[in-house]
Amino acid sequence: MSAESRAGGPPRRPKGSRGVPLPLLVPALLGLAFLLVPLIALLLRTPWRGLPEQLTSPGVWEALRLSLICATAATALSLVLGVPLAWLLARTEFPGRGLVRALVTLPLVLPPVVGGVALLLALGRNGVVGRWLDAWFGITLPFTTTGVVLAETFVAMPFLVISVEGTLRAADPRYEEAATTLGASRFTAFRRVTLPLIAPGIAAGAVLAWARALGEFGATITFAGNFPGRTQTMPLAVYLALQNDPAAAIALSLVLLTVSIAVLAGLRDRWMRAT
Amino acid sequence: MTENDGFPHGSPPGSARPDSAPPNGAPPGNARPNGTPSEAPARSDGVDTRLIVERGTFRLDVALRAAPGEVVALLGPNGAGKTTALRALAGLTPLTGGHLRLDGVALDRTPPESRPVGVVFQDYLLFPHLTALDNVAFGPRCQGATKAKARAQAAGWLDRMGLTAHASAKPRRLSGGQAQRVALARALATRPRLLLLDEPLAALDARTRLEVRAQLRHHLAGFEAVAVLVTHDPLDAMVLADRLVVVEHGEVVQEGTPAEIARRPRTDYVAQLVGLNLYKGRAEGHTVRLDAGPVITTTEDLAGPVFVAFPPGAVTLYRERPAGSSARNLWRCSVTGLETHGDQIRAALTGELSLTADLTAVAAAELDLHPGAEVWAAVKAAQTHAYPA
Repeated sequence: MSAESRAGGPPRRPKGSRGVPLPLLVPALLGLAFLLVPLIALLLRTPWRGLPEQLTSPGVWEALRLSLICATAATALSLVLGVPLAWLLARTEFPGRGLVRALVTLPLVLPPVVGGVALLLALGRNGVVGRWLDAWFGITLPFTTTGVVLAETFVAMPFLVISVEGTLRAADPRYEEAATTLGASRFTAFRRVTLPLIAPGIAAGAVLAWARALGEFGATITFAGNFPGRTQTMPLAVYLALQNDPAAAIALSLVLLTVSIAVLAGLRDRWMRAT
Repeated sequence: MTENDGFPHGSPPGSARPDSAPPNGAPPGNARPNGTPSEAPARSDGVDTRLIVERGTFRLDVALRAAPGEVVALLGPNGAGKTTALRALAGLTPLTGGHLRLDGVALDRTPPESRPVGVVFQDYLLFPHLTALDNVAFGPRCQGATKAKARAQAAGWLDRMGLTAHASAKPRRLSGGQAQRVALARALATRPRLLLLDEPLAALDARTRLEVRAQLRHHLAGFEAVAVLVTHDPLDAMVLADRLVVVEHGEVVQEGTPAEIARRPRTDYVAQLVGLNLYKGRAEGHTVRLDAGPVITTTEDLAGPVFVAFPPGAVTLYRERPAGSSARNLWRCSVTGLETHGDQIRAALTGELSLTADLTAVAAAELDLHPGAEVWAAVKAAQTHAYPA
């Protein structure tokens, strides 16, 4: 988004292109246009009149509902597993911690499709773990709604872990020490002192993870397939609709764009102030 | 306050009777002149510890005993290991050796949450998301009190600290002095048998300090168990503590009542703290040959290794060698530095003997003192004080 000085921004020179060298200004404006024009195009081509109809059509509504449920479930799972993981990384010393940290962040840079393939190999019906889940408990994960949640969690959880770990590192660990001198066990200290202190960081991480989960495509389609009503989330529906019903695709895209803007607005304080 | 009988002492490991040292009847809180206590009488109440913490090249080895009701100050320069000692007492830093007994119970391996030890941290570390009341109620809650009971206790503590009006305030809305009292109330609310205070007045500005120091003294005087405070400020130590333990480079260098320490410093650091010139030497009758070279005449009649101390105010300076001066202690020096010290001028001198001298601004002007100026420094024997090293 526009990076010009907002209120409270760095007190630099006044606005305007005075003094900005052309070799910097031209590419900068081109870059800005490159980022904005597609979004404007989306808005220009949106069939606004038929929009309510599109959004309430069963296919779109189903995908939207599924997306919201799965992204929320993935966020919840990320919270339950990711916050303790972040605490472990931030507050304890163990051999290979650096390596573990690198592995946790790997899904951030890994192509999601590869993540989906890896999930299939691990949790697929013939996968390393999935075989036993199937044989012992009759649990099948791929190509199910649960599979969608797992695929989204795999991709989204690192965002949460990184965010929470950063907040934990910035938080003063001596508050935990103070709590233990008052008789709190380490877990009580975490629950009653650390958790409230890092709540803003957890919330930001959760929003980030939720947004990432909502937009997840590659891992989902690879691991969970594309079954309407069961595993077809919004991004998959957009991709499919583009081929036979472009108007629906645009409507769905608009919904996702709105959500993204909402997320950005929600994280405004955290990010824009930092820049 | 019966609900605190169930204090989680963390299942005292083994019967921690103080081992079989003969009761040779040393008075409680006795001040050994030097800090090498090894085989001392066992005492079942209070603190009996030898803290050894090794970290890299730093080694802390501090023995400490204190009876209930006693306030002990660990005094020392920054980096001496005072805070490490405090953390070791609280269980936040593990001991690499030694022992720790509190009221006869061994605590060496007890985790901090199970020790009956309260800590007032240097910057208080009040939980920012909790009100003053809930900060104080935190300890009782952790000890198993119901929410209502813990809050009632906390309210009682805040009342005792004169903070009832601020019970619902968050820490960031409290002044430094108020925060300090909340921190003290929070530590006391767990009914500790050992109260630790880390630089309790360091975070306060000079004016608040005076007031809070007096209040803290009052609260510590009423505390029935052992209190150990860490400070680098000799005034705080002398006002608040019954006994000082001076720590330098991880070791106890001197121990005693404030009056003893002030009168008979044994290291340059302590001498500087209490504002005395201090020299080591060898006495033969009334003369002491200082390790630094010159001879000094004293009133005491001693033999063997001694310390000689005299205050900067006892030094008289002359530009010309005084003729017929009764002072036999006379050295030729040059001024290395001058600074104001209260309403006096303090001159740092070097030469036959390095010393500091206090003189009035008028005298300094009349002598035309400036760095590099040559002077004669005289001290009357009656104003020196010699004592065995």
